[in-house]
Amino acid sequence: MLFGEYDVIVIGAGHAGIEAALAAARLGCKTAVFTMNLDSVANLPCNPSIGGTAKGHLVCEIDALGGEMGRAADASTLQSRMLNRGKGPAVHSLRAQVDRRRYSEYMKSALESQSGLELKQAQIVSLDKTGGGWEVTTHLGAKYAAKKVIISTGTYLSGKIFVGSASFESGPDFMFAAKELSASLIKLGLPLRRFKTGTPARVHSRSIDYSVLEKQYGDEPPEPFSKDTAEPLINKVVCHVTWTNERTKEVIMQNLHRSAMYSGKIEGKGPRYCPSLEDKMVRFADKERHQIFIEPCGFNTQEMYLQGASSSMPEDVQRDFYRTIKGLEHVEIMRPAYAIEYDCVDPLAMNATLEFKDWPGLYGAGQFNGSSGYEEAAAQGIVAGINAALSVKGCEQLVLGRQTSYIGTLIDDLVTKGCSDPYRMMTSRSEYRLLLRQDNAEERLTPIGREIGLIPDKRWAAFLNRQELKRAEISRLKSTTLPPSDALNEILVSRETSPVSSGVKITELLRRPQISYSDLDKVDAGRPKLPPDIRHAVETEIKYEGYIEKQLARVAELKRLESRMLPDDIDYESITGIRLEAKEKLAKHRPKNLGQASRISGVSTADISVLLIYLQKRDGEAERADRA
Amino acid sequence: MNSGKDTIAAISTPLMSGGIGIIRISGPQAKFIAGKVFKSQHGSLDGLEGYRALFGKIYDGGEVVDECVALNYNAPASYTGEDVVELSCHGGVFLLKKVLSLILNAGARLAEPGEFSKRAFLNGKMDLSQAEAVMDIISAKNSQALRAANAMKDGALSRKISDMRHLLTGTTAHLSAWIDFPDDDIPQVETDEIKSDILKIIKDIDALLSSYDSGVIMREGIPTVIAGRPNAGKSTIMNLLSGQEKSIVTDIEGTTRDIIEETVMAGGIMLRLADTAGLRYTGDVVEKIGVRKTHESIENAGLILAVFDGSKQLCKEDFELCKICESRASVAVINKDDLEKQIDESYIRKHFRYVVNICAKERKGLKNLTQAIAEAADYSELDASEGMLANERQKGCAVRAHGSLMQALREMEAGQTPDIVCVLLDEALSELFEMSGELATDAVVDEIFSNFCIGK
Repeated sequence: MLFGEYDVIVIGAGHAGIEAALAAARLGCKTAVFTMNLDSVANLPCNPSIGGTAKGHLVCEIDALGGEMGRAADASTLQSRMLNRGKGPAVHSLRAQVDRRRYSEYMKSALESQSGLELKQAQIVSLDKTGGGWEVTTHLGAKYAAKKVIISTGTYLSGKIFVGSASFESGPDFMFAAKELSASLIKLGLPLRRFKTGTPARVHSRSIDYSVLEKQYGDEPPEPFSKDTAEPLINKVVCHVTWTNERTKEVIMQNLHRSAMYSGKIEGKGPRYCPSLEDKMVRFADKERHQIFIEPCGFNTQEMYLQGASSSMPEDVQRDFYRTIKGLEHVEIMRPAYAIEYDCVDPLAMNATLEFKDWPGLYGAGQFNGSSGYEEAAAQGIVAGINAALSVKGCEQLVLGRQTSYIGTLIDDLVTKGCSDPYRMMTSRSEYRLLLRQDNAEERLTPIGREIGLIPDKRWAAFLNRQELKRAEISRLKSTTLPPSDALNEILVSRETSPVSSGVKITELLRRPQISYSDLDKVDAGRPKLPPDIRHAVETEIKYEGYIEKQLARVAELKRLESRMLPDDIDYESITGIRLEAKEKLAKHRPKNLGQASRISGVSTADISVLLIYLQKRDGEAERADRA
Repeated sequence: MNSGKDTIAAISTPLMSGGIGIIRISGPQAKFIAGKVFKSQHGSLDGLEGYRALFGKIYDGGEVVDECVALNYNAPASYTGEDVVELSCHGGVFLLKKVLSLILNAGARLAEPGEFSKRAFLNGKMDLSQAEAVMDIISAKNSQALRAANAMKDGALSRKISDMRHLLTGTTAHLSAWIDFPDDDIPQVETDEIKSDILKIIKDIDALLSSYDSGVIMREGIPTVIAGRPNAGKSTIMNLLSGQEKSIVTDIEGTTRDIIEETVMAGGIMLRLADTAGLRYTGDVVEKIGVRKTHESIENAGLILAVFDGSKQLCKEDFELCKICESRASVAVINKDDLEKQIDESYIRKHFRYVVNICAKERKGLKNLTQAIAEAADYSELDASEGMLANERQKGCAVRAHGSLMQALREMEAGQTPDIVCVLLDEALSELFEMSGELATDAVVDEIFSNFCIGK
């Protein structure tokens, strides 16, 4: 018997599942989200922080589309820093240390207070196709029907934890693993595979000697992720930095055979970017020391996170090598470091909508899709949730192109190139990164969020207002010429750039790398009082103008290719003129349009030309058939 | 792929020693671009009616390059459906390439394989039944280009490009890692270090470009080796091509000990022809040195004329020669057509695109030989021995990579932030990959993960 019927069911209430469920419910779909434990909603089982390079961009983009992550992070911030300040506005990235209990509480409350959304504690053990959609069954035997299902199982799916020679079935943070669901997904035919990740130990704060450690403070004032956050944020904690040394290495190398990774127990493919400490010692043997950050897990807890020191060593070895580190000589482990292996899917089986190509109505998001990181998960979650809802309503689904966002780049990379280890977002992955900045995230995505229906009136009005302030200031700057004056030249000389002897356009001065918008406050008399984020955005737009135009030209070219759709039923084998290698790749990846096809390695420009002719011919024949 | 709105150009007649060669220019700027290098006393292309021709000259700056007839087609009454100008020049390969180079410098883009036909089709100049033919043209021309790229795989140019790419990937990865992992103890990238790397690459590209521009091939010819087993008739062929006795021709195996060089014209192409000692396993010390030199010169050759004795069965040395020539620009010359045929010609055809039967002694088959040389030389597209740029497409990549690197330097001098510098280096890197027809996509990311210790 059916216990309930929904438009959308989300399996898993981690960072992907939350955004998916909220988006679907906010778009008017009757939605249920299932979690194995209501106390672990929005858990941060690894680092107690949100954001970081490229990840900060993702959070701002999620916020701009109408997602929750930015507000949740702002509500639980302990300390915040803008990374890469000296490296240029395109790569400015916000990162906040957050209180993990507070974060989880905020998100649980957001789910609970969302109308049309039911939050349920149950383990889903099977997923079955029905005539009109899907049916899920819980471990207690209850069945629920849904038009669309989103799988966001994180590292729970057939999770297995490794600590030295010990290993056991487990989800993250020693929670229960979701065991049965894998078999059901394999039965459906989903291409499952095994990935691996890991996390360092949590240690007791009283056992750390902070007096010998370097401190790391937050920015003053801290900046929020969300444009909705009006309350000023406060830095409440300090982080610390320490280093491994020769002795740490000795202990690790002597015990290498006892590590789960090196004794060959783990079959899953681990991320290249976050190796365990033993991995670092082996792979980068000539590096004398490795940096470790000590970060608080919350305001009301003594648990401290040791960033940079993940491990799959037995607990006694962990204790021994942690204790070789300066400041940690008497460290008391509260939760040991562990490696975790889990089932995930090959994302090549999905469209850029995150719907499975061969299983309409079924979506995937987050670590289940082969990514890594809370922000990457949330980014996919909101897209999967939006698309499940749009599809319920019979509307065209949303595909965010690479040129629109890091979210789009992330998804395009996953579904066109696939991934062979957990995928982490990086600024270097975007060829349009001068366009995809945190400061213009809302300009890029809020109109899209509004059109879909995720941006409330108040936020939309505030957005339009900010846009107008920015537009007006840019146009004022473009038409303003400053006369030469001692005051101006004093500023210019103090910034080590040449003085002027005749009138000069403000925009020209701003294009000098040495001159900031604020530098000219005193000499630019007509300047309106503007909030800091708008001042920053105005400055960036002017400084980058030439580069922005250049990248926009490339975007136009990309759009032309992306607008040529490749029908699902193309038989690449039968097309003459495409090389064998390209035929195989195209048949495997099944790109949706020529743009995607052109990014598949092994597909050449000539293959794309042949496809273009093929499409034209096909259209022409269809037209002729229509007439006849 | 490129948008259909720009103007493209290419040599549209086969590159051989014909009397006339045609360069086709198609696109909205066709007349304007042609007008930059073509001048006529009888009028200008601008405003000229369709199907009219003008007689005039091609200029490189003030210097006359060639006399030429320009034929004008106005859109849509042309092959491609766009404005088209066809320049009929004198047919020498290098002359045509020179004129094409001038046209490209004047603002046209080199046409992709089959692009004229593609445009014709997309502009409705062909009906649907011709679509498959167009697809075939594109793929055939493309595999031709791929063969040329494969031919360069082991060449000096390929090594040079791969060295540059390696250096630039390393620099870009370091800069990117430093940007992407600010808390990961990545050593700060020293501006001077990046600058010196960039300068080094710029210098290498400069060298490539200048070797291209000065037309070493045109001045000195393609280094061509005549190779084959002893007494297959290599020296006779040398003499045949050069029209005079240079090599000592005897019936005794191993007469040619040194490498004899001669510059000759064959099929409108200048060859720097070297006759080598035969490929033979020998105990004779003097001849051994000759054989070693032969191997070296084969390695460095831009074109190989592999000579086989048609009156004998294939031997070990012949098989080896077939293998060497497989991925290279080469012509199989089966000599001694006058004697009874013993050789397995089908085996040779498997390894060579160009096979000609001649009788060097009686000067028979010379015309076929020169034509095969002209076609093969076009496939070679490059001077593998000197690491020169092969064609206009590669030159375009080099010029753009150069531009991005220069701009990166300027931005660094001006104190610009690393995000911009990094994007410019990425652009240059893409061009260096494009030179050999590859995608740069994940090179930098892979390099970051393998070279830098990052993560939680």
